[in-house]
Amino acid sequence: MLSPQIIDLLIKGLIDTLHMVAVSGAIGTLIGLPIGVMLAVTGRGELLQNFAFNKVMGAVVNMTRSTPFIILVVAIIPFTRLIAGTSIGTNAAIVPLTVAAAPFIARVVENAVREVDRGLVEAAQAMGATPFQIIRKVLLPEALPGIVAGLTLSAVSLIGYSAMVGAVGGGGLGDLGIRYGYQRFLPEVMLAVVVVLIVLVQIVQSTGDLIARRVNKRNLKS
Amino acid sequence: MITLTNIRKTYAARGGGAPVHALADIDLTIGRGEVFGIIGRSGAGKSTLLRTVNLLESPTSGSVTVDGVEMTTLSAAELRQARHSIGMIFQHFNLLSSRTVFDNVALPLELAGMAKAEIGRTVEPLLDLVGLADKRNRYPAELSGGQKQRVGIARALASKPKVLLSDEATSALDPETTTQILHLLGDINRRLGLTIVLITHEIAVIKEICHKVAVMEGGRVIEQGPVFDIFAHPRHPTTRSFVDPVINRGIPDSLRDRLAPQPGLGSNPVLRITFTGEKATTPVISAISRQLNLDLNIWHGQIDEIQGAPFGTLVVEALGDTAKVEAAIALVKENNLGVEVLGHALPANH
Repeated sequence: MLSPQIIDLLIKGLIDTLHMVAVSGAIGTLIGLPIGVMLAVTGRGELLQNFAFNKVMGAVVNMTRSTPFIILVVAIIPFTRLIAGTSIGTNAAIVPLTVAAAPFIARVVENAVREVDRGLVEAAQAMGATPFQIIRKVLLPEALPGIVAGLTLSAVSLIGYSAMVGAVGGGGLGDLGIRYGYQRFLPEVMLAVVVVLIVLVQIVQSTGDLIARRVNKRNLKS
Repeated sequence: MITLTNIRKTYAARGGGAPVHALADIDLTIGRGEVFGIIGRSGAGKSTLLRTVNLLESPTSGSVTVDGVEMTTLSAAELRQARHSIGMIFQHFNLLSSRTVFDNVALPLELAGMAKAEIGRTVEPLLDLVGLADKRNRYPAELSGGQKQRVGIARALASKPKVLLSDEATSALDPETTTQILHLLGDINRRLGLTIVLITHEIAVIKEICHKVAVMEGGRVIEQGPVFDIFAHPRHPTTRSFVDPVINRGIPDSLRDRLAPQPGLGSNPVLRITFTGEKATTPVISAISRQLNLDLNIWHGQIDEIQGAPFGTLVVEALGDTAKVEAAIALVKENNLGVEVLGHALPANH
């Protein structure tokens, strides 16, 4: 049904999508994880309470999060050009994807860290732990199952966003679906793209769930 | 070992109300090697008070010294160092779910920067001490409540503290496990000479292992002293309400109905004789009837043991004239027993 050329395009689209999601997810985590932890520990009554930082950082995160992604892509084109040298193609698409992913990841990390029992922080303080030690030895390990679940959610969102950048010349499966499936009226290509995306999301979600279960030691049966 | 002087903790009320005095005018001295209990109902301020000892709560004013170190003036780094010698255990154990039993106990040592090999040498004997050597690679979720608290105790002991703070450590445990954990704490206190400060709302815990007790209400210490004295002679009504259920000082209701505060026609005085310590076995009742020819009608009796010392009360109705009764009271006092006139029993058919 699908010609070898279309299959080649599908494979290339899949690789491009994986590339965009992996790189923007990785950079987004590098930026979002520390911000998420900082947001959690600077909140009211928390370890390093700091209203100014918390409010400013929270506002920045919210600003990015409240901008619809397709608008964000277009709005930051000058920034994208500055970083990637161009605003078209897979590498250029990584810039807005990262800008969208980082605050998203920051919020899911913040939530996961906030879920950690206050009693554990108190116990560590009573042992004479420094705030940095508490973050590294208590908050991050205890929040890990939640962080993994949050990162999985972020990856799934990123797959969706990466399809959207296809609309503005981003490459990947979304681009394939729009150019071939929509503009050239090839419904079988559209269908193939959708199937590949569904399978991809399933694999990411199942893998994330598996890892989250592995690192979660809270509900073990004796 | 621990001295709290004039501790006050005041929270500014939100929204312009009156400030809340969580702690007021607290003076406590806790000796080396003592098991010191702080009892009070929820909201009495005992948890806040316990947390001032390691400055998890810093008092608004007052002084906290632990082992000669004034805690309130320490820098953040000095305070962290001082906390290494103050272990703490918690009602809900506060174990890291992501760490095994061994790694939980190792945590305070890791924080203190101890080398891995030395951590192993320190943790293993502690697991033996609390009887969990076979659970070293288990996670907290695989343990029972009592086992979790044992891990908590081992963790608190890991940095070889001089003081152990216990925040309702047995309140989440069933009675049998509570007894086991209290025995373990008592054993640690004797073997390691560790000073233990514990807070609880259960008088049974105080009775079981404490040497001294402070009773709190409304952010103040309303009564304190050796456990035996407080049990034998509770002065404050709140203290009595704690002590009465375990030391049955009460009188059966049927008899209480006959009791009047003032003598009436044909009434007899009712005495409560308190036997304490080694005097608990003095045969004073038979001495009274023999020497004074005074008959005593026993209403109610109870013997108990507090901190290994016997403690008994006997409520008797004295069937005789005023002179004989006064002589009997004198005789009881001569034997160094406690005696008080509870009232006057009116005749049953009155």
